[in-house]
Amino acid sequence: MFDDINDLYQQVILDHCKQPRNFHELPQCSCSAQGFNPLCGDNLKLFLTLEGDVIKDAGFTGSGCCISKASASLLTENVKGKTKAEAEQMFERVRDLVTTGKTTGDVGKLAVFAGVYKYPARVKCAILAWHALVGALKGEAAPVSTENEQT
Amino acid sequence: MSLSPDWAKLRADFPILNQQVHGKPLVYFDNAATSQKPRKVIEALVHYYERDNANVHRGIHELSNRATNAFEAARTRTAKFLNARSGDEIIWTRGTTEAINLVAATWGAKHLKAGDVILLTEVEHHSNLVPWQMLAQKTGAKIAYIPVTGDEGVLDLSKLDSLLTSQVKLLSMVHISNSMGSINPVAELCARAKKLGIVTLVDGAQSAGHLPVDVQAIGCDFFAFSGHKICGPTGIGALYGRTEILETMPPYQGGGEMILTVGYDKTEFKHAPHRFEAGTPDISGPIGLHAAMDYLDAIGRENIWKHDQELAHYAYDRLAGLKNIRLFGPKQNRAGLVSFLLKDVHAHDVVTLADQAGVALRGGHHCTQPLMHKLGVESTARASFYFYNTRAEVDVFVEVIKEIQKFFSA
Repeated sequence: MFDDINDLYQQVILDHCKQPRNFHELPQCSCSAQGFNPLCGDNLKLFLTLEGDVIKDAGFTGSGCCISKASASLLTENVKGKTKAEAEQMFERVRDLVTTGKTTGDVGKLAVFAGVYKYPARVKCAILAWHALVGALKGEAAPVSTENEQT
Repeated sequence: MSLSPDWAKLRADFPILNQQVHGKPLVYFDNAATSQKPRKVIEALVHYYERDNANVHRGIHELSNRATNAFEAARTRTAKFLNARSGDEIIWTRGTTEAINLVAATWGAKHLKAGDVILLTEVEHHSNLVPWQMLAQKTGAKIAYIPVTGDEGVLDLSKLDSLLTSQVKLLSMVHISNSMGSINPVAELCARAKKLGIVTLVDGAQSAGHLPVDVQAIGCDFFAFSGHKICGPTGIGALYGRTEILETMPPYQGGGEMILTVGYDKTEFKHAPHRFEAGTPDISGPIGLHAAMDYLDAIGRENIWKHDQELAHYAYDRLAGLKNIRLFGPKQNRAGLVSFLLKDVHAHDVVTLADQAGVALRGGHHCTQPLMHKLGVESTARASFYFYNTRAEVDVFVEVIKEIQKFFSA
């Protein structure tokens, strides 16, 4: 029945939403940020441990839809070992990917999000964790939201 | 009681329902958010704009007379629709939300003071919560809630005596819960309130077009509803208020249409309802709504209600036969909607997948966030019905839900 929807719910995404990786707090984290979309209820907290300029560890907690959870899970895997600048560059690539279906440069496993742009109502789910990442790196205290704004 | 309607024939009056979405026949189950419009309503709007369009209450010319007559005829029709005593008890608003805000801004601002209590219920839509919270902040009044029981969303009236104190000045409650499908005993509660001199407001957004409404039998002071949920256009709704109470209320907004005389220092206001309608109103809205009310009453709201309830109980029973599903709202006597959650599947994933199968559902907190918190959920998925929906559509919907469960358990 749902043949067409596999471009949104790719196997990797289903896998990460059912068994999210790094799904825990990092008590000794260097920084954290909350991503909260009050309209749909997606609510997650992202934790980062930095050594100098490098993200050594990443984790998250919270609840939300399949897309937002899988996105956060894949994010934590992706950013480990990256410098702040590299992580921010990855944010830009992912943002391009989920809003247009295209991006520049290698995004690795995150390519599974290439179909999200066809579902405009779900772009905000896919990008929420990434906005939390930027918020955490910038040390923003207020929760970030991807509802009612440009992604 | 009218004869049992030909539902298939009525469905054909709705051009929008005859289409495919993502290659599948549309199953429109988001009627609690907004209803579709029959051809007669669309034609009434077209006729107005093609033949009669003019401003109301001020022109001497023919078109202005026609527009004014149609505009006021819709008001009288609305009074009949609710069994109000006269059109003077009907104020046009943009919908239920504005109607409640109007009462808060006029009656509330005049009559409420610090220490007074506004009594609401825990199942209220944000539109019947936030205006009172804003008013409470301004006046120092307090808000109390009649609690609901568990997932059923039914009011627990065991503590009503202790809640109905002499401080309570207003009881405002929803007639039918948009997220639970529960039906509140509004007539009983209004009678209790009336004995204590408490003013009552009923939010009829989910009830007005679905069952016969008699504001005199309910005994409320105010009743609010939206046109777009009852086959009418968006942007128009009405507030019923008893004349005796409307005449005690200050104006809502100032401007044209609502005045008798204006001087540089002093203005005299019109009587109700025009006192509450400043500026050029939505004219086509009431005209479209008039056509919608005629259409619904030709079917018979008692027939619509029976159809709604049968469909809701059928859907509820079929969903209750599935595993790993949590159902909300009462088992018996539910209004035409079913709210549910699938285990380990977020409501938005349900709605996205159902949409791919042509089934339009709603997922979210349904503007009842405090209730969702109380139930310990962030959101639910909801299927809501109207008279043009069929059992065959419910069957399609249930099969889709089963497929969604398979999709996420694979």
